[in-house]
Amino acid sequence: MATTENLNLQVQARDLQKIVIGPTGKLTILERLDLAVHAGEAVAILGASGSGKSTLLGLLAGLDEATAGEVRLFDKSLTGMDEDARAALRAGQVGFVFQNFQLLPTLTALENILLPLELTGNPQARREALDALHQVGLTQRADHYPRQLSGGEQQRIAIARAIAPGPKILFADEPTGNLDQDTGAQIIQLILTLRKQIDVALILVTHDAELAQQCDRRLLLDQGRLEDIP
Amino acid sequence: MRIWHFALLGLWREWRSGELRLLSFSLILAVAAVTSVGFFTDRVEQALQQQGNELLAADLVIESSNPLADEFQLQAEADGLSLAHTLSFPSVVMGRDEPQLVQVKAVDDTYPLRGQLLLRSDRDSPVTVAHSVPATGKVWIAPRLLVLLDLQPGDSISLGESRFSIEQLVEMEPDQGGNLFQLAPRVMLNLQEIPATGLVTAASRVNHRLLLAGPPESIALFRAWSEPRLPDSARILSISDARPEFRNALERGSRFLALAALVTVLVTGAAVALSTRRLVERQSDAVAVMRCLGAKSGFLRNSLILRLLLLVLLTGLVGAATGYLAQTVLANLLGDWLSQSLPPPSPRPLLTGFATGAITLFGFALPPLLNLPNVSPLRVLRRELGATPPGPWLLGLSAFSALALLIFWEAGEARLAATLLAGVVLLLLVLSLLALLLIRIAGRLQQRARGIQRFGLASLSRHPGTTLLQVCGFGLGIMAILLLAVVRVDLLSAWENTLPAGAPNRFLINILPEQLSELEAFLKQNSIESSGLHPMIRGRLSQINGQPVIPEAYQNPRAQRLAAREFNLSWGMQPQSDNQIVAGQWWRGEAAPPQFSVEKGIAEALGIELGDRLTYRMGDRSFSAPVTSLRTVKWDSFNVNFFVMGSPATLRNESATYITSFYLAPEQEIIAAQLIKRFSSVTLLDVSAILAQVRRVMDRGSAAVEYIFLFTLAAGLLVLYAGILAGAEARSHESAILRTLGAARRQLLGAAAIEFALLGLLAGLLASIGAFITGQLLARQIFQLDYAFSPWLWVSGVGGATLGIGLAGLLSAWPLVIRPPLQSLRRVE
Repeated sequence: MATTENLNLQVQARDLQKIVIGPTGKLTILERLDLAVHAGEAVAILGASGSGKSTLLGLLAGLDEATAGEVRLFDKSLTGMDEDARAALRAGQVGFVFQNFQLLPTLTALENILLPLELTGNPQARREALDALHQVGLTQRADHYPRQLSGGEQQRIAIARAIAPGPKILFADEPTGNLDQDTGAQIIQLILTLRKQIDVALILVTHDAELAQQCDRRLLLDQGRLEDIP
Repeated sequence: MRIWHFALLGLWREWRSGELRLLSFSLILAVAAVTSVGFFTDRVEQALQQQGNELLAADLVIESSNPLADEFQLQAEADGLSLAHTLSFPSVVMGRDEPQLVQVKAVDDTYPLRGQLLLRSDRDSPVTVAHSVPATGKVWIAPRLLVLLDLQPGDSISLGESRFSIEQLVEMEPDQGGNLFQLAPRVMLNLQEIPATGLVTAASRVNHRLLLAGPPESIALFRAWSEPRLPDSARILSISDARPEFRNALERGSRFLALAALVTVLVTGAAVALSTRRLVERQSDAVAVMRCLGAKSGFLRNSLILRLLLLVLLTGLVGAATGYLAQTVLANLLGDWLSQSLPPPSPRPLLTGFATGAITLFGFALPPLLNLPNVSPLRVLRRELGATPPGPWLLGLSAFSALALLIFWEAGEARLAATLLAGVVLLLLVLSLLALLLIRIAGRLQQRARGIQRFGLASLSRHPGTTLLQVCGFGLGIMAILLLAVVRVDLLSAWENTLPAGAPNRFLINILPEQLSELEAFLKQNSIESSGLHPMIRGRLSQINGQPVIPEAYQNPRAQRLAAREFNLSWGMQPQSDNQIVAGQWWRGEAAPPQFSVEKGIAEALGIELGDRLTYRMGDRSFSAPVTSLRTVKWDSFNVNFFVMGSPATLRNESATYITSFYLAPEQEIIAAQLIKRFSSVTLLDVSAILAQVRRVMDRGSAAVEYIFLFTLAAGLLVLYAGILAGAEARSHESAILRTLGAARRQLLGAAAIEFALLGLLAGLLASIGAFITGQLLARQIFQLDYAFSPWLWVSGVGGATLGIGLAGLLSAWPLVIRPPLQSLRRVE
């Protein structure tokens, strides 16, 4: 039976390990680490380039499979789930913001935001997508294609796409990595503001300590292990 | 519903973004090619069929030695068919008190139902088309009757109890081809005149014909109704019963058309494969994002299949409409060449079009596309994770199945299909192996080369997969162009050469043995080279291996007729020059024991095999001999040929008349007249009109092939375009980086020119080899033609491809070198 504590947990990793086979043999990226993120909590994961931050994010979001250990998303164990089952779990409940935006170049801004809503067959898709677009302040850019938008605008559209279905958790992988400092700061501000508005948990992967400072909790990934940063 | 909505939206968005354009265009072209070829060949085949029917002057004829019961006419009228009646019989006309044996033909007002009756008002006037039949008191006669009787148009002749004035000369009757061995010159008159002549009585030997024409389904209906009701004295004639040389010409025409259609389809298959590769590359990101957002692979796969089906439907519609328009325009353009009124096409090509679109798309595109929904969602974080390419065996099997299906469907003939399939598969294997070899060589050369040469060579060896696809695509495209531009011309001229200008155009029959030496002397004196004098003995096949031959026992109507009729048998020491022994051995020497050599086709129809014992009955006598050889015969050579020949010992003692054929130039016409006067019992037959008709059928076939060639050319160009696009993104990225590093425009263009010229060189070489092998196979195995290809094949193949593709590469690289590098880099990103 699920406890109140468990119900409150959005994502939990236990004894998580990831080993890959490289040209020089086995490479341990994550070394038996534990992590728990609660509803509405904002957690920043810091680490040097190549420390395995994105790998951890991928595992927590169920995009990849761990070598050992367990990830529980919304109190459901991802271990043993196939990719389709994990996808079903993500649908409408998980939002992503990526460093390189990952907007589909063939779709307009509005259509990009519509995509997750159409996938879940949301009958109010258009209205909710327009709401999300409004929340990121780009209503006038609805019919623009990604190539017609600046980097900052593209990331705002990506944020709108992430929040549109009303997710429980948001994964953000270096969301300011491709932006200048000012725009990056605005984007982080937007993410944090929206997160509070819609009460969603956030796992933010970044190497920028200043950005991480604005989260509830900060963790450092080093040598495959997570350490709390006070 | 959700999946339909998603699939429709996806299709619309992909189309709008241009992602599907190359694939759609390939499919539209495939369908347009097939349907236009289909519509056009359907119409041409119907026209050729009708033209074939002109040999009968109808679609169907009931021939009878007695007047036909009225029920046949009533049924034909009830079936909505047009009717005409003819009567023909031998008789004697008197002109200036000189008798002459003639073949009388009485026709009613609706004759002919198919084809044209050509007339001249006198021997030197131009040919006109008859729009009526002879009026009361008038006859139309064969020009040679004028010579025989020393008469002029306007003079009178007596026929039975009536007198007629000669009004026109009959240049060509549409149905004379159906009755080559016409015994005497023609006299044509109105059917209504017959009773007054008093020539036709109950005992007269008269050939009654009921001519019928109408839509194919009504004809088939009537045929089915009438066949069981026919009296013994009657038989049905249709185009399939027409002379073998006409059937050959029709079949060859159809084969050429099928070949042209097939090549177009195969080449568009290559274009589809190339454009799919690009589509999969571009769609991988979208799929990864959608999987990240929670889309299941099954949902994505089903939505993809739905989109593909919709694409097949839409491109099928556009393609079929394009195909229909294209064939209409071209049919109009070729109106003078083709029959004045081509019949409308049947809807059958539509089905073929949609099926071809589906087979092409699913065969060449499905395996890589089906793997697309399996793209890992992790690709959003690690871009190198793309769709797992399907195994080469799956790709090969799928493409092979599609190829085989398309080839068998389009060729409609197992042997042609198998030859082409083997040729294409072999070619693809050779292309792939040689392309891989070149890629390796380019890799080695690159280490030694410098400057722009190194860039050019590096591009080839750095993306071996793309290079392989490009070489195969280019190779197929160029091969298609070569096959049709060079090989087609060679094949057509070789085909036309099978009917040489000096082919015999006169037959002499009913030559008596005692006239042989005198006739030979006459021909020699007039420098006429004949095909030899051949004895002709009439006999009915009564037994095979002691078993009586019962026509009704055969399933095949042709076999039934062959079994029922009298054969013209002959004997000789050597087979005719155009005969080829395909089984057993021809006899040696005059003393060889009695034996037969049988034409392969008739042997197959009647179930005669080597070693079988045939018994022929002549009057009240019978004789038997074994079959010791089977022969093929070139019927369209117009040499004297026989289905069954015996060794001298078999038939020498039977009473025979002789037959020969020879070529008579137009200016030698007077010799024909002298010959008839001197050998009055001999019958001279003029087949030049029939020959001209065979030639016309062949000419129309080749015009149709030339038209279809345009689609194959378009398909070839599309493959070339798809091949250039296949590596465009990687090239754009590389060019941008090189430009950023300071490479000059000239260097980048030079590198592109080297890369593409090398691709063109290899593709051209492979295409020439492929076209040569395929052409040789087609020539020898299918068309039984023997000839050498022109060196132009190699020059145009290799030289043209190197230059052309090199230039195309230069043009494709131009936008990359004038665009600021940052733009190119952003585009790729």
